[in-house]
Amino acid sequence: MAEGAGEEKKKFSIWDLPDVPMGQLPPHLELQRSRVSCNKDAPIHTESIQYSGAYASMGIDNSSRLDLFSNNFRVEVVRLNEDDIEFDMIGIDAAIANSFRRILIAELPTMAIEKVLIANNTSIIQDEVLAHRLGLVPIRVDPRLFDYLSENDQPNEKNTIVFKLHVQCKRGSPRITVKSDALKWLPNGSELVKETRNATSDSSSKPEIYTYFGCSQETVPEFVKNPIIPKYPDIIIAKLGPGQEIELEAHAVKGIGKTHAKWSPVATAWYRMLPEVVLLEDIEDDLAEELKSKCPVNVFDIEDLGKGRRRATVARPRACTLCRECIRGDDWEKRVALRRVKDHFIFTIESTGALPPEVLFTEAVKILEDKCERVITELS
Amino acid sequence: MEHGFFTDNSAATFSLTDEDHTIANAVRFTLNQDPRVTFCGYSIPHPSEARVNIRVQTTGKLNITLFFKAHFSKVNLSIMQEVQYLMHHNMHFLETMFSRKLNWGAR
Repeated sequence: MAEGAGEEKKKFSIWDLPDVPMGQLPPHLELQRSRVSCNKDAPIHTESIQYSGAYASMGIDNSSRLDLFSNNFRVEVVRLNEDDIEFDMIGIDAAIANSFRRILIAELPTMAIEKVLIANNTSIIQDEVLAHRLGLVPIRVDPRLFDYLSENDQPNEKNTIVFKLHVQCKRGSPRITVKSDALKWLPNGSELVKETRNATSDSSSKPEIYTYFGCSQETVPEFVKNPIIPKYPDIIIAKLGPGQEIELEAHAVKGIGKTHAKWSPVATAWYRMLPEVVLLEDIEDDLAEELKSKCPVNVFDIEDLGKGRRRATVARPRACTLCRECIRGDDWEKRVALRRVKDHFIFTIESTGALPPEVLFTEAVKILEDKCERVITELS
Repeated sequence: MEHGFFTDNSAATFSLTDEDHTIANAVRFTLNQDPRVTFCGYSIPHPSEARVNIRVQTTGKLNITLFFKAHFSKVNLSIMQEVQYLMHHNMHFLETMFSRKLNWGAR
């Protein structure tokens, strides 16, 4: 049974081990389950342990229940500007966070220029290049007020926005730069007329037009307050030399980022896991100074212990970018542990301007909801 | 969207069209957490075709179609509602803080 201490080695006895707490994971397993350990060469324990019976032998139920989820789940907004937002989601898993990110980038609808009717282009920018550039210009309009335009529909005031661009550089004047504020909104629809093939058409037949606006878009009160213009007026579209002219009409329709990236409502959206920096042993004096100077984003700080002794502390773990400078070099891996909390996500959304970023996220959640409901109805 | 059956009723492969990792990974995660599920995984047969196969095997006493359907309505939707509720909650708080009228739902 329990042996006394020998001269060199103490005999090991299992009865001396501390009790394994039942109903709770031992600390090393809890670390494995809830943290990604970022080592010098690669992160480990990155997968999330979802299987409900994963810890069955320890008597721990790993299944998630909805009441536990509601209790633990939190959303905290850190920063909110006109065009970007940074918020924390605590208590969900990477699978769902990634679903939100994918939807934000690819499945939220926006309005973007799709068809460009070019009446005259004598500039050096080719027609298709000009049309491509126009498509990428973000338009400041709420896409929820519009419908999709499919092939069988006629373009009308509910699914199309018409812009006009007519710029001319006169002979003798210096070169001009065409910026996106030259795009003028036509609330009454297209002004161009389709060319009729029939040379002998009688003058009494109505000319065919490109859009069929029932009423002017200006009657919508939303557009009276905020007329439809490109979000940024200083985007360079083309440059004209003397004697060159561009005259075109651009039709904007609703689409999603999956079809073409011009319809993506975010400049980008990304998430990262909350960094956790842990000092495994006390780091004092010179080593502390060295550690503090190593970190490029000032994660560490020095605190005075009195009597001239200083100790390093972790002041701003959230700023850690995982450059791993603090664990480079001999022995530093034993002193500093870099980890990531697996269920705490820091989301950043940068909007291109069609919708404010907080609205973008709630729309993304609604779209995921719609997808789930679609599956449910399909199965019935 | 079809589902493939074996001779037993407690496991099935659901083949969803027009879907990709966005919904499949989220569903796979929530399904795995349920203690009645012994296996859940998804695969995309070919990336050019928008189809995803979700395989679910249960402990044997369930009708798999009903289970799958109920899972969506109970679990996934409630997660979405929680997220939405919390964002709304935060937004109203922030409106007072930033005194900027946040542009909320249209229509």
